[in-house]
Amino acid sequence: MSVKDGLYYSEDHEWVREEEDCLVIGVTDFAQEELGDIVFVELPEVEEEFEKNDGFGVLESVKAVSDTFIPVSGKILEVNENLIDNPELINDDPYGEGWLIKVDPADDSELDELLSAEEYAEFIEEE
Amino acid sequence: MEEKLIKDYSSSGRKGYSLPPLEVEKSDLEAELTGYLRDDLELPEVSEVDVVRHYTALSEMNYGVDSGIYPLGSCTMKYNPKRNERVARIAGLTNIHPYQPEKQLQGSLEILYQLKLDLAEISAMDEITLQPASGAHGEFVSLMIVKKYFEEREENRTKVIVPDSAHGTNPASAAMAGFDVVEIASNERGMVDLEALAEALDENTAALMLTNPNTLGIFEEDILKITEMVHQAGGLVYYDGANMNAIMGYAKPGLMDFDLMHFNLHKTFSTPHGGGGPGSGPVGVKDFLAPYLPRPLLKKDEEKYYWDYQRPKSIGKVHSFYGNYGVMLRAWAYIKTLGGRGLKKTTENAVLNANYLKARLKKDFELPYAEDSLHEFVLSGSRQKEEGVSTLQIAKRLLDYDQYAPTIYFPLVVKEAMMIEPTETENIGTLDHFIETMLTISREIKEDPELVNKAPHSTTVRKLDETKAARNPDLHW
Amino acid sequence: MMDYISNTAAEKDKMLQEIGLKEVKDLFQMIPEAVSADERLNIESGISELELMRRAQLQAGKNKSLDQQISFLGAGAYDHYLPGIIDALISRSEFYTAYTPYQAELSQGTLEAAYEYQSMICDLTGMGIANASMLDGGSAAAEAVTMAARITGNSRVLLPDTVNPAYREVIKTYGAGAELEFVDLESKQQIINPAQIEKNINDQTAVVVLQYPNFYGSLEKMEEISKMIKNKKNTLLLVIANPILLGVLKAPADFGADIVVGEAQNLGNGLNYGGPNLGFMACKDDRRMLRQLPGRIVGKTTDVDGKEGFVLTLQTREQHIRREKATSNICTNEALNALMATIYLATMGKEGLKEVGEQCYHKAHYLAKKINGLSGFEVLNQDNFFNEFVLKSEKESTEVFEELLQEEIIVGYDLKNIGENGILVCVTEKRTKAEMDKLVEKLEVL
Repeated sequence: MSVKDGLYYSEDHEWVREEEDCLVIGVTDFAQEELGDIVFVELPEVEEEFEKNDGFGVLESVKAVSDTFIPVSGKILEVNENLIDNPELINDDPYGEGWLIKVDPADDSELDELLSAEEYAEFIEEE
Repeated sequence: MEEKLIKDYSSSGRKGYSLPPLEVEKSDLEAELTGYLRDDLELPEVSEVDVVRHYTALSEMNYGVDSGIYPLGSCTMKYNPKRNERVARIAGLTNIHPYQPEKQLQGSLEILYQLKLDLAEISAMDEITLQPASGAHGEFVSLMIVKKYFEEREENRTKVIVPDSAHGTNPASAAMAGFDVVEIASNERGMVDLEALAEALDENTAALMLTNPNTLGIFEEDILKITEMVHQAGGLVYYDGANMNAIMGYAKPGLMDFDLMHFNLHKTFSTPHGGGGPGSGPVGVKDFLAPYLPRPLLKKDEEKYYWDYQRPKSIGKVHSFYGNYGVMLRAWAYIKTLGGRGLKKTTENAVLNANYLKARLKKDFELPYAEDSLHEFVLSGSRQKEEGVSTLQIAKRLLDYDQYAPTIYFPLVVKEAMMIEPTETENIGTLDHFIETMLTISREIKEDPELVNKAPHSTTVRKLDETKAARNPDLHW
Repeated sequence: MMDYISNTAAEKDKMLQEIGLKEVKDLFQMIPEAVSADERLNIESGISELELMRRAQLQAGKNKSLDQQISFLGAGAYDHYLPGIIDALISRSEFYTAYTPYQAELSQGTLEAAYEYQSMICDLTGMGIANASMLDGGSAAAEAVTMAARITGNSRVLLPDTVNPAYREVIKTYGAGAELEFVDLESKQQIINPAQIEKNINDQTAVVVLQYPNFYGSLEKMEEISKMIKNKKNTLLLVIANPILLGVLKAPADFGADIVVGEAQNLGNGLNYGGPNLGFMACKDDRRMLRQLPGRIVGKTTDVDGKEGFVLTLQTREQHIRREKATSNICTNEALNALMATIYLATMGKEGLKEVGEQCYHKAHYLAKKINGLSGFEVLNQDNFFNEFVLKSEKESTEVFEELLQEEIIVGYDLKNIGENGILVCVTEKRTKAEMDKLVEKLEVL
């Protein structure tokens, strides 16, 4: 199971990548592995606003459903439309093509509350 | 696929039916119904022999309780007596229309009334509706009764408490009735955690939904304390009757102070499950809830049986007519055949069979709750999982030995769960055969896990790709 | 008494020994005395098969079945021809003693038949997706209404009184759970005036419910009403269709239906006093709708060797996975009844179903014309009706009904039961010219 360096992580198994004008959010390799083959993805509307830890979407495998929780407050700038027809991208490339949403963060300091790659690796070790 | 689809037998102009001649003058259908007619139906055109052979071939790819043991936990797959089927095919009892006058149907209404009385006796409930057509339907009716009861009392109670070991239908039914669901964790013995219950109970609690014995097969020994706690908080207690086969003749939900409950005639009372239905889910209530039962309610006055529609407090109807009458006929025949003693014997043997299986399987499979259990029990495949084989694969391997698998991955409180309910109609011979098969599989997992992981090998199709089915739904031809 | 238990006393002892107990009673020691039914169940002693059959026949003798009289009853439960092969085939115990196909590899018969059923329902309705069955027509209609509310996010429901009154009541029961708002629309002359819809539809309207043909047997102005609904962005059209007439009548999809439900008892299932019946449900081939569809769905896939096969699919909508967030609580459905409908549709084929529909139409119109020729009686339906119509008499309907009962004719459903003066008459392909002529003859002398 890979944990990618340079990202922020939440205990709900989401990762956050800082880009110049937004944050990109997805689920971790650990999360996709636990869920199994993802068959359906429900994503929010662009412009929708969320508070930290709000549920913003749903990932479904054949026999399990998992809510996704936003690790930082903010407004949705873009959702990964590719996933609607190709949910397997999350399994195949969780840190890349399997990203879920791009967010305009309300408060950058919330990033500091998240885990580092190292801390997250430790966290899933314990799970 | 092993047997092609019925449409693939179609040949233009082939016919499998015959109707008598029309006899009357034709109307000008085309002119009269302009804009309402079609000519694009594509139903197959096949002969009677095509149909018979095709569905016979399909049946041969199936497995019923007549084929062998069906140890699905919570499903009570007992033998479906053939004599019940005979009763359910008597034309005088079945070729009757739901809107025929009651005076023409006193024979059938009397049967239904007797069934009501017997269900009331078995459960210690006061009044019964036969209208719900399935267990979940009965749950919904019950929750709507709870809702209506509190509305009448002008109490705003919005919460329904459900243990984490409950059937999925429980929270789903509560949500359909508009309640918020509060789940409480079980304690380490697999029972309701009284502290968690006390914490969850408040002035917003409408009801607790409980199966007893629960889905682990364990009888809630504090049941009277539990019902008392809920009542003290002003809530009602609902009994999920899925597991009545464990207590019939030994305990009664009414005596446990449950206020209302549903029965599964297709489980406890032996009616066949038909590959998923029909079922029947009568609801029993204590007197104070009787006014809320669905319309119409079967009643008897001095000389006749009748449907009472004058029920101003009723939750309304949940079925177009009176419920699954055909299923009720079979359940009536079953109760008449067994009688009170017979019903009690089914309970004894269902519990004996389950405990025998448990005693012989618990050495090779982990038993997560050691508590005494009744008609079913739950094993965990966690040991086998460590050896590289999941519970799913144990289930699939059973199919290779031409035996049906237990309920798996339920209840949710047990990892790699295998929920086993043999029912009373198996005997030591079929149970031993099942045990031997399970022990064989346990050995195979140690010796050749791949063999089990690639199961099933001998069924008409092998392991099917469920991911593909869900990602690219192909739902019709 | 027969209890179907085959463990002998010696075998029971052996089993108890393995368990480590002395007596069967010990298995129940955890049950507190206060709740145990220590006395015998007060249910009469069990009887043998011979006695059972005798008793059942005795009860049948107290009934008067449709075999003993002429019936023009319909109103939601229909007396159509049942090909004999249906009972023969569904009596194969591999079908009727099977459970829900949880282990797909050992349940391919049930699953393939369900896939065929879904296909045929799609064919009949013109819709893209059908589920594997609902409990009955009324509950299917109710669950379709709550489904529409979830899809649209609206809660207002337009419910014409031309929809079967029993269905309306079931819809409202479910609606009370889902906290929906109902607008009852009153009809005149057996169909709903489209202006009524126009007046009451608004942006908060989740769904308009139309029955096709409606409760009174008439065909609503489907096209016109559908256009009004299509003008609303967030309102769905739910059509409750009579499936046996869809061999002749245009598919509801062609009128723009978003969801189609109905009672399919009349496809190969007997009357059985109204149950078990067969609810069907179909919707547009739209992922958003599919996500909200209740009930089991069977899909085609492949096995590890690439061979085609069938599974229960899209189960994350259902209660055993989604629990309180499920689209419905439905678990047990009417699988065996769906199998009966499938065998019926296969047997009849497109020509047979068309012929059944046409015979129903021609016979009903033959009878209606005859009735219109009688003094003191008329057929109330002004517009197109199919094979049910309202018989209006100068006399009170109940009086007509009772007098004909004396003549061994059930003339139809007395609308007095729902507070109207009239009788809803239904003619299926099973009614003969002689039977209809007899009815007319008796009416004439009333």
